[in-house]
Amino acid sequence: MKPATFDYHAPRQLKEAIELLAKLPNAKILAGGQSLVPMMNFRYVIVDHLIDLGGLDELRGITLGNGLLRIGAMTRQRDLEVSPEIAKHCPLMSEALRHVGHRQTRNRGTIGGSLAHADPAAELPAVCAAYDATVHAVSVRGIRQIPFREFAAGFMATALKSDEMIAAVDVPIWRLGHGHGFHEFARRQGDFAITGAAALLDVGVDNVVRRATLTLFGVTASPLRVEAAESRLVGQPLDAGAIRAAAAAAWLIEPISDIHAGGEYRRHLAQVLSSRALNDAARRAGVTA
Amino acid sequence: MSKQGTLITVNGKSYGRVVDARLTLADFLRHEINLTGTHLGCEHGVCGACTVLVDGRSVRSCLMFAVQANGCEVTTVEGLAPDGKLSVLQQAFIDNHGLQCGFCTPGMLITLTELLREKPQPSEQDVREAITGNLCRCTGYAGIVKAALDAAQRLRNGAGKAGAR
Amino acid sequence: MGVKHFGARVTRLEDPALLAGRGRFVDDVKLHGVLHACFVRSPHAHAKLRGCDSRAALVIPGVHAVLTAEDLPELMRDQPLPLLLPNPSLTAARTQHALARDEVTYVGQAVAVVIADTRYIAEDAAAALIVQYDVLQATSDCRAAAEHGAPRAHSDLDSNVASTFRLAYGDTDSAFADATHVFTEAFWQHRGGGMAIETRAVLAHHDPVSDLLTVWSGTQTPHIGRRVLADLLGRDLQSIRMIAPDVGGGFGPKAIFYPEEAVIPAAALKLGRPVKWIEDRREHFLCATQERDQHWEVAIAVDAEGKILGLRGRMLHDTGAFVPWGIVMPYIAASTVPGPYVVPAYQFDTVVVLTNKVPTTPVRGAGRPQAVFAMERLMDRVARELNIDRAEVRRRNFIQPDQMPYKVGLTFRDGKPLIYDSGDYPGVQEKALGLAEYEDFRERQKAAIEQGRFIGIGLANYVEGTGLGPFEGVTVRMLPSGKVAVATGATNQGQGTRTTLSQIIAEQVGCRLEDIVMTLGDTAAISQGVGSFASRQAVNAGSSALIAGQSVRKQLIALAARTLGVNEIDIELEDGMAMSRRGNKPSVSFGDLARLAQGIPGVSLPAGQAAGIEHTAYYTPSQAAYCSGTHVAEVQVDAMTGGVKVLRYTVAHDAGRVINPLIVDGQVQGGVAHGIGNALLEWMRYDANAQPLTTSFADYMLPMATDVPTCAIAHVETVNPLNPLGVKGAGEGGTIPAPAAIVAAIEDALSPFGVHFAETPLTPERIVAAMRAAGAYERLFPA
Repeated sequence: MKPATFDYHAPRQLKEAIELLAKLPNAKILAGGQSLVPMMNFRYVIVDHLIDLGGLDELRGITLGNGLLRIGAMTRQRDLEVSPEIAKHCPLMSEALRHVGHRQTRNRGTIGGSLAHADPAAELPAVCAAYDATVHAVSVRGIRQIPFREFAAGFMATALKSDEMIAAVDVPIWRLGHGHGFHEFARRQGDFAITGAAALLDVGVDNVVRRATLTLFGVTASPLRVEAAESRLVGQPLDAGAIRAAAAAAWLIEPISDIHAGGEYRRHLAQVLSSRALNDAARRAGVTA
Repeated sequence: MSKQGTLITVNGKSYGRVVDARLTLADFLRHEINLTGTHLGCEHGVCGACTVLVDGRSVRSCLMFAVQANGCEVTTVEGLAPDGKLSVLQQAFIDNHGLQCGFCTPGMLITLTELLREKPQPSEQDVREAITGNLCRCTGYAGIVKAALDAAQRLRNGAGKAGAR
Repeated sequence: MGVKHFGARVTRLEDPALLAGRGRFVDDVKLHGVLHACFVRSPHAHAKLRGCDSRAALVIPGVHAVLTAEDLPELMRDQPLPLLLPNPSLTAARTQHALARDEVTYVGQAVAVVIADTRYIAEDAAAALIVQYDVLQATSDCRAAAEHGAPRAHSDLDSNVASTFRLAYGDTDSAFADATHVFTEAFWQHRGGGMAIETRAVLAHHDPVSDLLTVWSGTQTPHIGRRVLADLLGRDLQSIRMIAPDVGGGFGPKAIFYPEEAVIPAAALKLGRPVKWIEDRREHFLCATQERDQHWEVAIAVDAEGKILGLRGRMLHDTGAFVPWGIVMPYIAASTVPGPYVVPAYQFDTVVVLTNKVPTTPVRGAGRPQAVFAMERLMDRVARELNIDRAEVRRRNFIQPDQMPYKVGLTFRDGKPLIYDSGDYPGVQEKALGLAEYEDFRERQKAAIEQGRFIGIGLANYVEGTGLGPFEGVTVRMLPSGKVAVATGATNQGQGTRTTLSQIIAEQVGCRLEDIVMTLGDTAAISQGVGSFASRQAVNAGSSALIAGQSVRKQLIALAARTLGVNEIDIELEDGMAMSRRGNKPSVSFGDLARLAQGIPGVSLPAGQAAGIEHTAYYTPSQAAYCSGTHVAEVQVDAMTGGVKVLRYTVAHDAGRVINPLIVDGQVQGGVAHGIGNALLEWMRYDANAQPLTTSFADYMLPMATDVPTCAIAHVETVNPLNPLGVKGAGEGGTIPAPAAIVAAIEDALSPFGVHFAETPLTPERIVAAMRAAGAYERLFPA
């Protein structure tokens, strides 16, 4: 299980990186490498050129402003996990990260790599879907801002063109005091989820839901916003019945079947986990449903 | 550019080599500089036997190319007891039967070295979660968990360093 | 006698080197000029080999050779690997060739080998090799394979049935006719692997000066490996040295002789260079042997009180494409069923079926987990149907201590009558139940249900034939340096064999543990050897260590007495010194005694003095040693997701006298982890064309630290009267009953819903499916 040969490039600047990407045939970006390198070791992926973004400090870091968190693509998952800004403004992401792989893979894995890899069962794409994040794609042609729902283009596929790479992702922040819930079912700690659910609820003082998102992952080719659930919640008083009705909407999805689980089981889990995620979100929004 | 000049500091000593870009850090350590304490158990980033510290952080050395570690400081199991005296954590592994075949052990020690540095007073659950990225087929983990908690206690009582550089 | 080591919690002598990164596994052995091998393996489960074009591979810089079957030495080319455990019931005693010749019969079967400067280049060349196949229909599920007219695993065989045999005693017909109740169950345990974290590995080096072929192999059985290799190469036994250095876990699959252990030495001989092959994890999934896949149908006949009257059944064993170890696992399974219970009549039929999957050979437990699962699940069924507590129904059926030795009525796999040497089955169960607070469990369960948590408890008993022969040897030799050289054919894959044998020897000889220099797993160190499997080393090698140690002790005392001019009875041996208790306590060191025993050139030795102070013992057990135990599992089930958490795990274990409780506890705990894997996680899956589906650690799940609780372990020591140490094996008991106990606990947790399970691993998906089928969710959440 040794990778096939390739040429290695370690640009020191973003400009250099996108020029290489535009120029080199059969090239791939190396971000954290925690998904790509196993596939290279199995020789499922064979590239002629590997462009390592590890030296691009400009792609690392978290900044807060204009109502959003801007996260550089090369920010390591471990740095996000321990970031007080993320914990405060994007608590769903903090919670989700505890389920992402293991300490050693989080030390290397990056948010940009996670989004570009687009595993349907991965946590970070689900968080981006939940927050309606925007992906900044860069190429020699310029910067393109891609809403996450367009970015996630299918099973392990994104809207990135072959000469584009992710520079950053913008996560709009919700009002402080919003509630979040994140539940996934994986066979073991750190495994990819068989099914997971992420919920965000913003509840007014009148107990009426102002905003709501419910996102499922591991069930379809890419993270799935359950719009039927969201519309059942928004504008309604938040109570047990409302949560039950919203979670029941998860029953309507058409989940995938694979070696890890059948579609029926995933549908069952989707409903169970949606309910748990929504209940947590309600509790954290100050509502006892 | 399939070959690259690479300078890596391992356990405090610098090694300059021209290596194939595809050479993993694990193979660099094991076969270029003959530090065979780092083991390969799966080469796809699950078993954790190849765990080393790169710039102080635990990583899978099977999922890094040696060229990526250019300019980095790497600590391997051989670096945990540089003067031949076992670290507190290593001694705790002996006292608590934290190893059987010893193949996963270097990775376990590296991961736990990082944990104990970050969290000097870990709970049993902290220890178990920290080593979910390290598979052991022999011990059933009980001795490893006990050793880590024992080492943490001894370190809090001032018994020296966990072994990390 | 000096320091008491036997029975003490001695920390391990193996540990310091392993902890410092100074272990020496096969891949750590560095030889100048070594070349690296990569095998080319069949991607098809069943195909005719049509040819192999290696031209593109050979032009890659750094490639030295591509070898196919035709390039192997004649004997190795023409003969299949030997059947190491023949049995008269085997009608299709198929074993594989070192490299496939005409037909491949499982995915991963070795077809060719590439030898290159590095493994990286060898893999490049392997990918460039063009092998032509005519794909044949494969047979995957052993139930279908056993049917008449099924696709055949080997195209030249008329049937996939490799063996059928019956084990029986007593009158089962009457037992079933007279029974108050008869209960029938069907069980299935899936395939899993050994999954040692170190994969297999072979390094071979031929020295033309001495004509010695040295082979390092990550094997459990180097002496057997040397013998097989000598036969395949047509070489004299003395011209081959096989060494098992540090080995990173065994668990059974490393006990057999593999094609790579033949091909790599042949390549080294052919190329005149050392050749190394390190199995990668994908290869381990494809080619290392596996076990467990068995389909059971069993019926139990009981009276109104739940006492067993008879048991009968049949079982299909999926043996895979070959039978390298014969019918060992199904045979052990069929003879393990009665376990600790009085079963007056027994009849069991086994059909061993060839399929196009990797061959099966023993994996920790070797057929016993399946048998114990069947028996213990039946006991649970009886308890449920008759409304008797599960522990009580077992109590009513236990063989009692005063019935020992107990003759079951079958012949065991060692060829000897199945006679339990000793044991206290009721006592062991009581000990486990006490430790697990079994009596209080219903209160804990009630409290949990009030909090919305579903917890359950399950128990399982087993009796395990361990310590199988034929023998293992130990040499103890005093060195002039004062050190004690020990050599043994026993091998160490993590069991702490060096430590336990040292404890036995140090106590006899009167030396310090650190003065023992031990060589294990090296055919150059001792002439005869067998290796590690069947939890056999404490019984076999341990007894030999005792006997050899006692002899050396006698020799030391005799020579010391003569040298010091005192009576033998006055000599004490301690810390490497022999001294007299009397007078001014004269003493002499072991090193000086060793020198004296070598004599003076040309001068006759004193009467009674042998050459050197040494002894080699080969203990040969008269039969298996039967250990036993009770496991109690306490689990929590998430009724909604089917997720299972093992909360508490208790083991009471009778391995006879315990040499080192630290090590035995470790063996038990590690065995339980493997059993948790079997019960909940590990499932080597194949599709209908026998293509393996779970070939990475992401898809084949090993238990993690968060899946395995720290067990509460109690030792019950009933002395084995049949060996001088009084010991029984301890390496596999942790694994054997775990699936039975855990599945029982899951059923108990979900008992409000009346769901039952008969398969392992029991996945969350299956649990939810059963809950849905039982209408559980409608009851939990009425509309």
